[in-house]
Amino acid sequence: MSEDEREPPYLYPDYVGTRLRAPAKPLVNLPAGFHDFPAPLFPRTIADLDHDLTRQHAGEPIGERIIVTGRVLDSDGRPLRHTVVEVWQANAAGRYLDQDDQHPAPLDPNFTGAGRCLTDENGEYRFITIKPGAYPWKNHRNAWRPAHIHFSLLGTEFRSRLVTQMYFPGDPLMARDPILTSIPDEAGRERLVSRFDPETTVPEWALAYRWDIVLRGRAETPFEDER
Amino acid sequence: MSGPLTPSQTVGPFFGVGLPFEKSEQIVPAGSVGAIRIEGQVLDGNGAPVPDALLEIWQPGTGFGRARTDSEGAFSFTTVKPGPMRAPDGRTQAPHLNVTVFARGLLRQLVTRMYFPDEAEANAADPVLDLVEPARRETLMAKPCGGLLHFDVRLQGERETTFFAI
Repeated sequence: MSEDEREPPYLYPDYVGTRLRAPAKPLVNLPAGFHDFPAPLFPRTIADLDHDLTRQHAGEPIGERIIVTGRVLDSDGRPLRHTVVEVWQANAAGRYLDQDDQHPAPLDPNFTGAGRCLTDENGEYRFITIKPGAYPWKNHRNAWRPAHIHFSLLGTEFRSRLVTQMYFPGDPLMARDPILTSIPDEAGRERLVSRFDPETTVPEWALAYRWDIVLRGRAETPFEDER
Repeated sequence: MSGPLTPSQTVGPFFGVGLPFEKSEQIVPAGSVGAIRIEGQVLDGNGAPVPDALLEIWQPGTGFGRARTDSEGAFSFTTVKPGPMRAPDGRTQAPHLNVTVFARGLLRQLVTRMYFPDEAEANAADPVLDLVEPARRETLMAKPCGGLLHFDVRLQGERETTFFAI
Protein backbone atom coordinates (compact mmCIF):
# COMPACT_ATOMS: atom_id res chain seq x y z
CA MET A 1 0.00 0.00 0.00
CA SER A 2 1.33 3.44 -0.88
CA GLU A 3 1.50 6.26 1.67
CA ASP A 4 -1.44 7.86 -0.02
CA GLU A 5 -3.66 4.78 0.14
CA ARG A 6 -3.19 4.59 3.89
CA GLU A 7 -4.79 7.99 4.38
CA PRO A 8 -8.55 8.54 4.54
CA PRO A 9 -10.06 9.52 1.18
CA TYR A 10 -11.46 13.02 0.73
CA LEU A 11 -14.89 11.63 -0.14
CA TYR A 12 -16.24 9.20 2.44
CA PRO A 13 -20.03 9.38 2.14
CA ASP A 14 -20.69 7.77 5.55
CA TYR A 15 -19.13 10.93 6.98
CA VAL A 16 -21.80 13.25 5.62
CA GLY A 17 -19.63 16.37 5.97
CA THR A 18 -17.33 15.11 3.19
CA ARG A 19 -20.07 15.01 0.55
CA LEU A 20 -20.08 18.69 -0.37
CA ARG A 21 -16.54 19.44 0.72
CA ALA A 22 -14.42 16.75 -0.95
CA PRO A 23 -12.89 17.98 -4.21
CA ALA A 24 -14.47 16.20 -7.17
CA LYS A 25 -11.54 16.78 -9.51
CA PRO A 26 -8.28 14.88 -9.15
CA LEU A 27 -5.47 16.58 -7.25
CA VAL A 28 -2.66 17.84 -9.48
CA ASN A 29 0.66 16.06 -8.91
CA LEU A 30 3.75 18.22 -8.82
CA PRO A 31 7.20 16.90 -9.68
CA ALA A 32 9.46 15.99 -6.76
CA GLY A 33 10.73 18.89 -4.71
CA PHE A 34 8.03 21.51 -5.23
CA HIS A 35 6.61 20.92 -1.76
CA ASP A 36 9.98 20.47 -0.07
CA PHE A 37 10.47 23.53 2.05
CA PRO A 38 11.07 23.85 5.77
CA ALA A 39 8.45 24.79 8.33
CA PRO A 40 8.55 28.50 9.15
CA LEU A 41 9.27 29.69 12.66
CA PHE A 42 6.08 29.17 14.67
CA PRO A 43 5.17 32.61 15.99
CA ARG A 44 2.99 31.46 18.90
CA THR A 45 4.29 31.69 22.45
CA ILE A 46 4.58 28.37 24.23
CA ALA A 47 4.77 28.86 27.98
CA ASP A 48 5.91 26.35 30.58
CA LEU A 49 2.41 25.50 31.78
CA ASP A 50 0.71 25.38 28.39
CA HIS A 51 0.99 21.58 28.44
CA ASP A 52 -1.16 21.34 31.59
CA LEU A 53 -4.85 21.73 30.73
CA THR A 54 -5.82 21.24 34.38
CA ARG A 55 -4.09 24.41 35.62
CA GLN A 56 -5.46 27.16 33.41
CA HIS A 57 -8.15 28.40 35.81
CA ALA A 58 -8.70 29.14 39.49
CA GLY A 59 -9.95 25.63 40.21
CA GLU A 60 -9.38 22.19 38.77
CA PRO A 61 -11.59 20.78 36.02
CA ILE A 62 -14.01 17.96 36.73
CA GLY A 63 -13.00 14.62 35.25
CA GLU A 64 -10.53 11.79 35.25
CA ARG A 65 -7.04 13.34 35.35
CA ILE A 66 -4.72 11.77 32.78
CA ILE A 67 -1.19 12.17 31.48
CA VAL A 68 -0.78 11.83 27.71
CA THR A 69 2.74 11.28 26.43
CA GLY A 70 4.44 9.94 23.35
CA ARG A 71 7.14 10.54 20.79
CA VAL A 72 7.03 12.45 17.53
CA LEU A 73 9.09 10.64 14.91
CA ASP A 74 9.91 10.97 11.23
CA SER A 75 9.22 8.15 8.81
CA ASP A 76 12.71 6.74 9.46
CA GLY A 77 11.95 6.52 13.17
CA ARG A 78 14.10 9.47 14.19
CA PRO A 79 12.77 11.80 16.89
CA LEU A 80 11.65 15.31 16.06
CA ARG A 81 13.17 17.57 18.69
CA HIS A 82 11.58 20.84 19.84
CA THR A 83 8.68 20.42 17.46
CA VAL A 84 5.32 22.06 18.14
CA VAL A 85 2.42 19.91 19.36
CA GLU A 86 -0.99 21.57 19.80
CA VAL A 87 -4.05 19.83 21.29
CA TRP A 88 -7.69 20.66 21.89
CA GLN A 89 -10.56 18.59 23.25
CA ALA A 90 -14.02 18.41 24.81
CA ASN A 91 -14.44 18.50 28.58
CA ALA A 92 -15.29 15.44 30.70
CA ALA A 93 -18.98 15.86 29.85
CA GLY A 94 -18.30 15.87 26.10
CA ARG A 95 -18.71 19.63 25.56
CA TYR A 96 -16.31 21.98 23.78
CA LEU A 97 -15.79 25.57 24.79
CA ASP A 98 -17.18 26.75 21.45
CA GLN A 99 -20.27 28.83 20.80
CA ASP A 100 -21.32 26.46 18.02
CA ASP A 101 -21.28 23.37 20.23
CA GLN A 102 -24.96 22.74 20.93
CA HIS A 103 -24.60 19.53 22.94
CA PRO A 104 -26.73 19.97 26.09
CA ALA A 105 -23.95 18.99 28.47
CA PRO A 106 -22.41 21.36 31.01
CA LEU A 107 -19.44 23.59 30.36
CA ASP A 108 -16.73 23.44 32.99
CA PRO A 109 -15.62 26.88 34.20
CA ASN A 110 -12.23 25.38 35.03
CA PHE A 111 -11.57 23.84 31.63
CA THR A 112 -10.73 25.52 28.34
CA GLY A 113 -9.58 22.37 26.58
CA ALA A 114 -6.55 23.62 24.65
CA GLY A 115 -2.83 23.10 25.21
CA ARG A 116 0.50 23.09 23.45
CA CYS A 117 4.09 22.11 24.04
CA LEU A 118 7.41 21.45 22.36
CA THR A 119 8.90 17.97 22.21
CA ASP A 120 12.08 17.43 24.21
CA GLU A 121 15.52 16.12 23.15
CA ASN A 122 14.06 12.65 22.60
CA GLY A 123 11.06 13.83 20.64
CA GLU A 124 8.80 13.32 23.67
CA TYR A 125 5.71 15.40 24.33
CA ARG A 126 3.71 15.41 27.57
CA PHE A 127 0.27 16.79 28.40
CA ILE A 128 -1.72 16.73 31.61
CA THR A 129 -5.45 16.91 31.05
CA ILE A 130 -8.74 15.22 31.87
CA LYS A 131 -10.22 12.41 29.82
CA PRO A 132 -12.64 13.92 27.30
CA GLY A 133 -16.21 12.66 27.15
CA ALA A 134 -17.95 11.15 24.13
CA TYR A 135 -20.51 13.43 22.51
CA PRO A 136 -23.35 13.17 20.01
CA TRP A 137 -23.18 14.69 16.53
CA LYS A 138 -25.75 14.85 13.80
CA ASN A 139 -24.01 12.74 11.17
CA HIS A 140 -26.65 10.00 11.39
CA ARG A 141 -29.29 8.92 13.89
CA ASN A 142 -27.77 8.46 17.35
CA ALA A 143 -24.23 9.14 16.16
CA TRP A 144 -21.64 9.60 18.94
CA ARG A 145 -18.00 10.47 18.59
CA PRO A 146 -15.67 8.23 20.58
CA ALA A 147 -13.63 10.11 23.18
CA HIS A 148 -10.69 11.76 21.43
CA ILE A 149 -8.07 14.48 21.67
CA HIS A 150 -7.30 16.57 18.57
CA PHE A 151 -3.60 16.92 17.72
CA SER A 152 -1.94 19.39 15.36
CA LEU A 153 1.74 19.06 14.38
CA LEU A 154 3.86 21.22 12.14
CA GLY A 155 6.87 18.93 11.90
CA THR A 156 9.95 20.02 10.04
CA GLU A 157 8.65 20.73 6.56
CA PHE A 158 5.55 21.49 4.54
CA ARG A 159 4.86 17.84 3.78
CA SER A 160 5.00 16.79 7.43
CA ARG A 161 2.04 18.97 8.50
CA LEU A 162 -0.51 16.75 10.26
CA VAL A 163 -3.85 17.30 11.97
CA THR A 164 -5.31 14.15 13.50
CA GLN A 165 -7.10 12.70 16.52
CA MET A 166 -5.99 10.36 19.31
CA TYR A 167 -8.45 7.79 20.64
CA PHE A 168 -8.58 5.69 23.82
CA PRO A 169 -8.18 1.90 23.92
CA GLY A 170 -11.29 -0.26 24.18
CA ASP A 171 -13.79 2.46 23.31
CA PRO A 172 -16.83 0.67 21.77
CA LEU A 173 -17.77 3.79 19.81
CA MET A 174 -14.67 3.58 17.60
CA ALA A 175 -16.02 0.83 15.34
CA ARG A 176 -19.14 2.92 14.66
CA ASP A 177 -17.38 6.20 13.98
CA PRO A 178 -17.14 7.09 10.27
CA ILE A 179 -14.36 9.61 10.90
CA LEU A 180 -12.14 6.83 12.25
CA THR A 181 -13.39 4.09 9.89
CA SER A 182 -12.62 6.36 6.91
CA ILE A 183 -9.04 5.11 7.29
CA PRO A 184 -8.93 2.18 4.89
CA ASP A 185 -6.81 -0.37 6.77
CA GLU A 186 -7.14 -1.65 10.30
CA ALA A 187 -3.45 -1.11 11.05
CA GLY A 188 -3.89 2.55 10.15
CA ARG A 189 -6.90 2.92 12.44
CA GLU A 190 -5.00 1.26 15.27
CA ARG A 191 -2.23 3.80 14.88
CA LEU A 192 -4.64 6.44 16.18
CA VAL A 193 -5.45 4.53 19.37
CA SER A 194 -3.33 5.29 22.41
CA ARG A 195 -2.37 2.55 24.83
CA PHE A 196 -2.82 2.52 28.56
CA ASP A 197 0.61 3.25 29.99
CA PRO A 198 1.04 1.93 33.54
CA GLU A 199 4.69 3.09 33.63
CA THR A 200 3.69 6.73 33.36
CA THR A 201 0.74 6.65 35.75
CA VAL A 202 1.28 8.53 39.02
CA PRO A 203 -0.04 6.67 42.09
CA GLU A 204 -2.86 8.44 43.91
CA TRP A 205 -2.92 11.11 41.19
CA ALA A 206 -3.34 10.25 37.47
CA LEU A 207 -3.69 7.48 34.88
CA ALA A 208 -1.65 7.69 31.70
CA TYR A 209 -1.92 6.98 27.99
CA ARG A 210 0.88 6.77 25.47
CA TRP A 211 0.67 7.58 21.79
CA ASP A 212 3.48 7.97 19.23
CA ILE A 213 3.08 10.05 16.10
CA VAL A 214 4.95 9.47 12.83
CA LEU A 215 5.17 12.35 10.36
CA ARG A 216 6.11 12.42 6.68
CA GLY A 217 9.58 13.56 5.79
CA ARG A 218 12.94 13.35 7.49
CA ALA A 219 14.08 15.00 10.67
CA GLU A 220 17.41 16.82 10.40
CA THR A 221 19.30 14.89 13.06
CA PRO A 222 22.82 14.38 11.75
CA PHE A 223 24.07 12.87 15.03
CA GLU A 224 21.90 9.84 14.63
CA ASP A 225 23.03 9.24 11.08
CA GLU A 226 26.37 8.10 12.47
CA ARG A 227 25.11 5.26 14.61
CA MET B 1 11.29 2.71 2.96
CA SER B 2 8.55 4.64 4.70
CA GLY B 3 7.58 4.07 8.31
CA PRO B 4 4.02 3.62 9.49
CA LEU B 5 2.77 7.17 9.14
CA THR B 6 0.10 8.41 11.49
CA PRO B 7 -3.06 8.91 9.41
CA SER B 8 -4.84 12.25 9.18
CA GLN B 9 -8.25 13.04 10.70
CA THR B 10 -10.50 16.04 10.24
CA VAL B 11 -9.85 19.21 12.21
CA GLY B 12 -13.57 19.10 13.08
CA PRO B 13 -15.77 22.12 13.78
CA PHE B 14 -14.45 23.04 17.24
CA PHE B 15 -10.77 23.88 16.64
CA GLY B 16 -11.42 27.54 17.54
CA VAL B 17 -10.32 26.99 21.13
CA GLY B 18 -7.02 25.43 20.08
CA LEU B 19 -5.59 26.61 16.77
CA PRO B 20 -6.16 30.27 15.91
CA PHE B 21 -4.22 32.68 18.11
CA GLU B 22 -3.94 36.43 18.48
CA LYS B 23 -2.92 38.06 15.20
CA SER B 24 -2.21 34.65 13.68
CA GLU B 25 -3.67 35.95 10.40
CA GLN B 26 -0.92 38.59 10.22
CA ILE B 27 2.18 37.07 8.67
CA VAL B 28 3.56 40.60 8.80
CA PRO B 29 2.00 43.28 11.03
CA ALA B 30 -0.87 45.15 9.37
CA GLY B 31 0.34 48.59 8.29
CA SER B 32 3.98 47.60 7.86
CA VAL B 33 5.85 48.53 4.70
CA GLY B 34 4.67 46.56 1.71
CA ALA B 35 1.88 44.81 3.62
CA ILE B 36 -0.96 43.49 1.49
CA ARG B 37 -4.33 42.27 2.69
CA ILE B 38 -5.89 39.15 1.21
CA GLU B 39 -9.57 38.46 1.70
CA GLY B 40 -11.62 35.53 0.52
CA GLN B 41 -14.32 33.04 1.21
CA VAL B 42 -14.36 29.25 1.48
CA LEU B 43 -17.33 27.68 -0.32
CA ASP B 44 -18.69 24.14 -0.56
CA GLY B 45 -20.06 22.19 -3.53
CA ASN B 46 -23.39 24.06 -3.32
CA GLY B 47 -21.63 27.41 -3.19
CA ALA B 48 -22.56 27.74 0.49
CA PRO B 49 -20.08 29.39 2.88
CA VAL B 50 -17.92 27.06 4.96
CA PRO B 51 -17.92 28.63 8.44
CA ASP B 52 -15.60 26.06 10.03
CA ALA B 53 -12.47 26.10 7.89
CA LEU B 54 -8.92 26.97 8.93
CA LEU B 55 -6.37 28.20 6.43
CA GLU B 56 -2.61 28.37 6.82
CA ILE B 57 -0.01 30.14 4.75
CA TRP B 58 3.57 28.94 5.07
CA GLN B 59 5.71 31.56 3.40
CA PRO B 60 9.37 30.57 3.17
CA GLY B 61 11.61 33.33 4.49
CA THR B 62 8.69 35.43 5.73
CA GLY B 63 6.58 33.54 8.22
CA PHE B 64 3.54 31.61 9.26
CA GLY B 65 -0.13 32.62 9.08
CA ARG B 66 -3.30 30.98 10.29
CA ALA B 67 -6.88 32.24 9.84
CA ARG B 68 -10.26 30.70 10.47
CA THR B 69 -13.41 31.44 8.48
CA ASP B 70 -16.31 33.30 10.07
CA SER B 71 -20.04 32.57 9.81
CA GLU B 72 -19.95 33.86 6.20
CA GLY B 73 -17.06 31.59 5.29
CA ALA B 74 -14.82 34.67 5.08
CA PHE B 75 -11.14 34.86 6.04
CA SER B 76 -8.31 37.36 5.70
CA PHE B 77 -4.52 37.43 5.86
CA THR B 78 -1.95 40.22 5.93
CA THR B 79 1.42 39.50 4.38
CA VAL B 80 3.97 40.76 1.86
CA LYS B 81 4.22 39.59 -1.71
CA PRO B 82 7.02 37.06 -2.04
CA GLY B 83 9.63 37.31 -4.75
CA PRO B 84 10.12 34.82 -7.56
CA MET B 85 11.48 31.46 -6.39
CA ARG B 86 13.77 28.94 -7.95
CA ALA B 87 11.98 25.68 -8.72
CA PRO B 88 13.63 22.30 -8.00
CA ASP B 89 14.13 21.86 -11.75
CA GLY B 90 16.02 25.17 -11.99
CA ARG B 91 13.19 27.10 -13.61
CA THR B 92 11.73 30.20 -11.96
CA GLN B 93 8.43 30.09 -10.14
CA ALA B 94 6.19 33.14 -10.20
CA PRO B 95 5.50 34.77 -6.82
CA HIS B 96 2.87 32.70 -5.02
CA LEU B 97 1.61 31.73 -1.58
CA ASN B 98 1.23 28.12 -0.39
CA VAL B 99 -2.23 27.81 1.13
CA THR B 100 -3.32 24.83 3.22
CA VAL B 101 -7.01 24.28 4.00
CA PHE B 102 -8.43 22.33 6.95
CA ALA B 103 -12.17 22.02 7.69
CA ARG B 104 -14.88 19.91 9.20
CA GLY B 105 -15.63 17.41 6.44
CA LEU B 106 -12.04 17.38 5.19
CA LEU B 107 -10.43 14.18 6.42
CA ARG B 108 -7.06 15.50 5.19
CA GLN B 109 -5.81 18.97 4.46
CA LEU B 110 -5.95 20.40 0.97
CA VAL B 111 -3.07 22.33 -0.53
CA THR B 112 -3.37 25.06 -3.14
CA ARG B 113 -1.47 28.14 -4.32
CA MET B 114 -2.41 31.77 -4.66
CA TYR B 115 -0.76 33.65 -7.54
CA PHE B 116 -0.66 37.41 -8.08
CA PRO B 117 -2.66 39.11 -10.86
CA ASP B 118 0.02 41.72 -11.62
CA GLU B 119 2.59 39.09 -12.61
CA ALA B 120 1.29 38.11 -16.04
CA GLU B 121 4.72 37.47 -17.50
CA ALA B 122 6.02 35.41 -14.55
CA ASN B 123 2.74 33.52 -14.31
CA ALA B 124 2.92 32.59 -17.99
CA ALA B 125 6.34 30.99 -17.38
CA ASP B 126 5.47 29.33 -14.05
CA PRO B 127 6.22 25.57 -14.07
CA VAL B 128 3.33 24.73 -11.72
CA LEU B 129 0.67 26.75 -13.53
CA ASP B 130 1.97 25.04 -16.65
CA LEU B 131 0.82 21.68 -15.19
CA VAL B 132 -2.72 22.94 -14.60
CA GLU B 133 -5.18 22.79 -17.44
CA PRO B 134 -5.60 26.34 -18.83
CA ALA B 135 -9.30 26.61 -17.97
CA ARG B 136 -8.56 25.96 -14.28
CA ARG B 137 -5.61 28.32 -13.86
CA GLU B 138 -7.88 31.23 -12.93
CA THR B 139 -8.87 29.32 -9.75
CA LEU B 140 -5.30 29.96 -8.50
CA MET B 141 -5.26 33.66 -9.33
CA ALA B 142 -6.07 36.34 -6.76
CA LYS B 143 -8.16 39.24 -8.06
CA PRO B 144 -7.41 42.90 -7.35
CA CYS B 145 -10.26 44.41 -5.38
CA GLY B 146 -10.03 48.01 -4.15
CA GLY B 147 -6.49 47.97 -2.76
CA LEU B 148 -6.56 44.38 -1.56
CA LEU B 149 -6.50 40.96 -3.14
CA HIS B 150 -9.46 38.61 -3.25
CA PHE B 151 -8.95 34.84 -3.27
CA ASP B 152 -11.82 32.36 -2.88
CA VAL B 153 -11.41 28.66 -2.16
CA ARG B 154 -14.10 26.48 -3.76
CA LEU B 155 -13.82 23.00 -2.31
CA GLN B 156 -16.01 21.34 -4.92
CA GLY B 157 -18.08 22.11 -7.99
CA GLU B 158 -17.87 23.80 -11.33
CA ARG B 159 -15.20 26.36 -10.48
CA GLU B 160 -13.50 24.08 -7.98
CA THR B 161 -10.13 25.38 -6.80
CA THR B 162 -7.15 23.47 -8.16
CA PHE B 163 -5.61 21.46 -5.33
CA PHE B 164 -2.22 19.78 -5.35
CA ALA B 165 -1.24 16.34 -4.09
CA ILE B 166 1.27 16.43 -1.25
